[in-house]
Amino acid sequence: MKDRFASRKYIIVGLILASALILIVRLFHIQIVDKTYRVSAANNALRPVTQYPARGLIYDRNGELMVYNQAAYDLLVIPVQTSAFDTARFNEILGITMEDFRERMRVAKAYSRRTPSVFLKMISSETYAVLQEELYRFPGFYVQARTLRKYTRPVAAHLLGYVGEVDNRLIARDSYYRSGDYIGVSGIEKSYEEKLRGSKGVDIFLVDVHNNIKGSYADGRYDTMAVPGTNLWSTVDLSLQEYGEKLMLNKTGSIVAIEPATGEILSLVSSPSYDPSLLVGRVRSSNFAGLQADTVKPLFDRALMASYPPGSTFKIMNGLIGLQEEVIRPTSLFSCNYGYHAGSLTVGCHSHRSPLNLPDAVAQSCNSWFCNAFRNILENSEYESVQEAYDRWREYLVAFGFGNKLGIDLPNELPGFVPARSYYDRYYGKDRWKALTVISLAIGQGEIGATPLQMANMVAVIANRGSFYIPHVIKKIGDDGTPSPLFTQRYTTGISPQNFEPVIEGMEGAVNGGEGSTARGARLDSIIICGKTGTAQNPHGKDHSIFVAFAPKDDPQIAIAVYVENAGFGSTFAAPIASLMIEKYLTGRIKRKYLEDYVLRVVITPDAKEE
Amino acid sequence: MQKRNNIVARLDWVTVILWLVMMVMGWLNIYAAVYNEQHTSIFDLSQRYGKQLVFIIAALVLAVLIMVTDNKLYFFFAWFFYGIMIFLLLLVLVLGKEINGARAWFEIGSFSIQPSEFAKFATGLALASFLNGRRQSSGLDVMAPATAIIVVPMILIAIQPDMGSVVTYFAFFIVLYREGMSIYVFITAILAAALFLLTLMLGNVPVAAGLIVLAIVVMLVTSGWSLTLRALGILLPAAGVAFLAGHYLLELETSGIIVIAVILAGLGYAWFIYRLKLKMPAIIYAFLLGGILYLFTVDYAFNHMLKPHQQTRINIMLGMEEDPFGEGYNLNQSLISIGSGGFSGKGYLNGTQTKFKFVPEQSTDFIFCTVGEEWGFIGSVVVTGLFVWFLLRLLLLAERQRTTFVRAYGYGVLALFLVHFFVNIGMTIGVMPVIGIPLPFFSYGGSSLWGFTILLFVFLRLDAGRTEYLG
Repeated sequence: MKDRFASRKYIIVGLILASALILIVRLFHIQIVDKTYRVSAANNALRPVTQYPARGLIYDRNGELMVYNQAAYDLLVIPVQTSAFDTARFNEILGITMEDFRERMRVAKAYSRRTPSVFLKMISSETYAVLQEELYRFPGFYVQARTLRKYTRPVAAHLLGYVGEVDNRLIARDSYYRSGDYIGVSGIEKSYEEKLRGSKGVDIFLVDVHNNIKGSYADGRYDTMAVPGTNLWSTVDLSLQEYGEKLMLNKTGSIVAIEPATGEILSLVSSPSYDPSLLVGRVRSSNFAGLQADTVKPLFDRALMASYPPGSTFKIMNGLIGLQEEVIRPTSLFSCNYGYHAGSLTVGCHSHRSPLNLPDAVAQSCNSWFCNAFRNILENSEYESVQEAYDRWREYLVAFGFGNKLGIDLPNELPGFVPARSYYDRYYGKDRWKALTVISLAIGQGEIGATPLQMANMVAVIANRGSFYIPHVIKKIGDDGTPSPLFTQRYTTGISPQNFEPVIEGMEGAVNGGEGSTARGARLDSIIICGKTGTAQNPHGKDHSIFVAFAPKDDPQIAIAVYVENAGFGSTFAAPIASLMIEKYLTGRIKRKYLEDYVLRVVITPDAKEE
Repeated sequence: MQKRNNIVARLDWVTVILWLVMMVMGWLNIYAAVYNEQHTSIFDLSQRYGKQLVFIIAALVLAVLIMVTDNKLYFFFAWFFYGIMIFLLLLVLVLGKEINGARAWFEIGSFSIQPSEFAKFATGLALASFLNGRRQSSGLDVMAPATAIIVVPMILIAIQPDMGSVVTYFAFFIVLYREGMSIYVFITAILAAALFLLTLMLGNVPVAAGLIVLAIVVMLVTSGWSLTLRALGILLPAAGVAFLAGHYLLELETSGIIVIAVILAGLGYAWFIYRLKLKMPAIIYAFLLGGILYLFTVDYAFNHMLKPHQQTRINIMLGMEEDPFGEGYNLNQSLISIGSGGFSGKGYLNGTQTKFKFVPEQSTDFIFCTVGEEWGFIGSVVVTGLFVWFLLRLLLLAERQRTTFVRAYGYGVLALFLVHFFVNIGMTIGVMPVIGIPLPFFSYGGSSLWGFTILLFVFLRLDAGRTEYLG
């Protein structure tokens, strides 16, 4: 067939040659003519210098500063850019040995020869001043400014948490972080990491072979600004926190105080504690190892993680559930003959007058009364079986926040334990258990476990007469911020408001009542405190002392739970501590010096065996 | 046996050697691009150079397999391949895996395959088969169906959307040009593209105004004063009406008012044209109206149909936008690494820009950065020269065919390589917008390497059998 367009091949040849010519002319231009792209044939390079933003500050609820930053400097090295230099002088400035120097260079080279890695962390400002002057003599090294955390008072370590270096696993998972970056590891520092960290910026510099920064690359067009972290306002009252930690000195346990109307945590004490500045800077890893090895476990946050049987404080719950289920009335009378007796089973009780009504039973903490009440709850004819009644009982507890994490804005919270029906089925066979089998739940003993936070929340519910907000430690994110919307949602518990009154009356009696009341040591003349003592049985040693309370009775400002391990009855230590905390928070000063001295003087060495 | 030897003897070894050289150079550059001290074994399959080595070996096997097939297969099954390919392109829209916002990949186990890479081969074959046996013609009877063969897969790929691959399909118009498509089609297309770029750079209203002024000037030159004044006499009241109606009643933007004005003027003017049998003014008016409608359409299409990052790329290319943290940064890093290579380069494995991972997609679309930085201007010219040699060699092979089928297919292969070569290197040095298409035989990736190998070796197989009768 005739090829009429054969000559067009020349046009196509022309197209190919023209394409190549365009590319070659352009390549000639950028590679040979235009020197701006050429950063000379020697290893001149762009150096991206990360600009680390200052971490957000943390204030307490009254606007008092808790955590701020101080400057520190990291020395970085790019191994390929180093050349022979006066190592003796270099080591002298930094105060390191030759072996140390070699080891650090080896580590840096092993990480990468071409990308920067940290040679020496957190150089002091003084060393930095000397080093900066002579840095031109040490090619390949440069300094990056960092910030370190600083604390206004040596308290609230568990609450605030600490900042540490990111590990490789996290770097692989989150592209924001680079080796050597810092990240919140626990406490508020962890849960609000994304707010506190701000965002890194980068300045790109042109650097010549002599390690001199020749200037900003492209007039800073490709630089990004670091955005400082967001400031946070905590719900915690720093003075109250400090006072709580002081009261708990030489004791093991915790204090959780909540503002009932909002769910704001006023103080969160776990004792023994430590000075948060121990975990900052170069000393962090050695101090951390020390704290971790300590037998009293100062790193363990008892307020959120320790699960204790609630003991007699739990009688409040059974009273409320019984009233709501209409199996008892405030006026119900149950007799007590040194305990509750059913067949071969006996739950002992102390000596008090008998029979009692509900308020008196709470005030005097009668075991027998609550065993009867609990039995009524489980043997309620409204339900087909004890097991169904048990399910219903458990639902109330869950509504109060027991058995699950409450969802506080702190990491590591534990759920406590409320056995499900299936738990007993496994032990005793399906539906082959009765009210008497689980009767110890009536007085808060047995399998049940709750954290101090959950107990404080329970008191907050009572103070609110039936509802609560999830306890939280941050009330404002940013200078004009709001708390997380999670914490402005009100939760109800299914107990009618009027059912709280007889129980509150009992709690008032426990503190302010006459003969037989269990917590008269907690009494304050000026303010009506409502409270309940408890003793958590401790299989490992002496029982734990518990006290929960709120005050004032008619306009509750504070709900509090105090645990003192191995201190015996709730009335001995937990009640006075709670009372002092309430006095401190509501009146701002302590009138009862004798009580304070009594608490401060006592040293309780934990006699719990190592578990 | 005799026939087999025949093929080995007739195979164009120059092309084969160029192919091998380019794959080896490509591999060396991928090694340099991802090189680090921790992984130095070239067989390390966790690294891209290790995988690329496997891809290259597979490509060699693929090449041999193609050489032992019967060349009639491609002739007779051209439409069959095309049909399967269209089916796969439809299927990938439904079952495909979305990567980087484009539903362009089939995922089979741990492998991903991009059907659009193989669709080029099928389109080339079908186009060649269509042109074969027809009298060469510039007429619509041939060129319209031929264009359809190209455009159908283009549309399917545009839906994915994979604009990079769509661009490469324009290569097939070189085949149509060689086989007779009118040069005016290309001139119109170039004008249209120029108008489009002007619109993006200057905005639609100034360009529309410019078109109207241009039309008046041309009218003045070709038709004289009186006709021009008469035309203006119609245009101005039409513009007034359009402004009043458009602005106050319909609340249109300026662009809408201009369109209405020109259409109204045209309605008024039509009577004159008809009465006075004015040929030249009619043509001028038709061009004006067409131009204005076109420019507002493409302006709309650009702003509403392209993705933001594609708009950004084109804007940066036109110098309209500086985007220090995004696309512009990438291009700038690419320019720095190539530019810093200087005359003779920094030496193999000594690139600094590439090592710090300044350049994105260093081993795939931006592989030429490594060439430019480590081998310098010399290396860049050598690579460019290799491609020119390779392309001219393909042209020579295509021109020595007896059948339109093989020639057209050969031109298709040539044109695809030309577009990939020019667009890919062009984007790394800032003469083309950043379009994500690979540099043949250099870029990392199995799908693209095998796709190019199939394209090339089917042509070499057909060339080796060029004296045989295809039927």
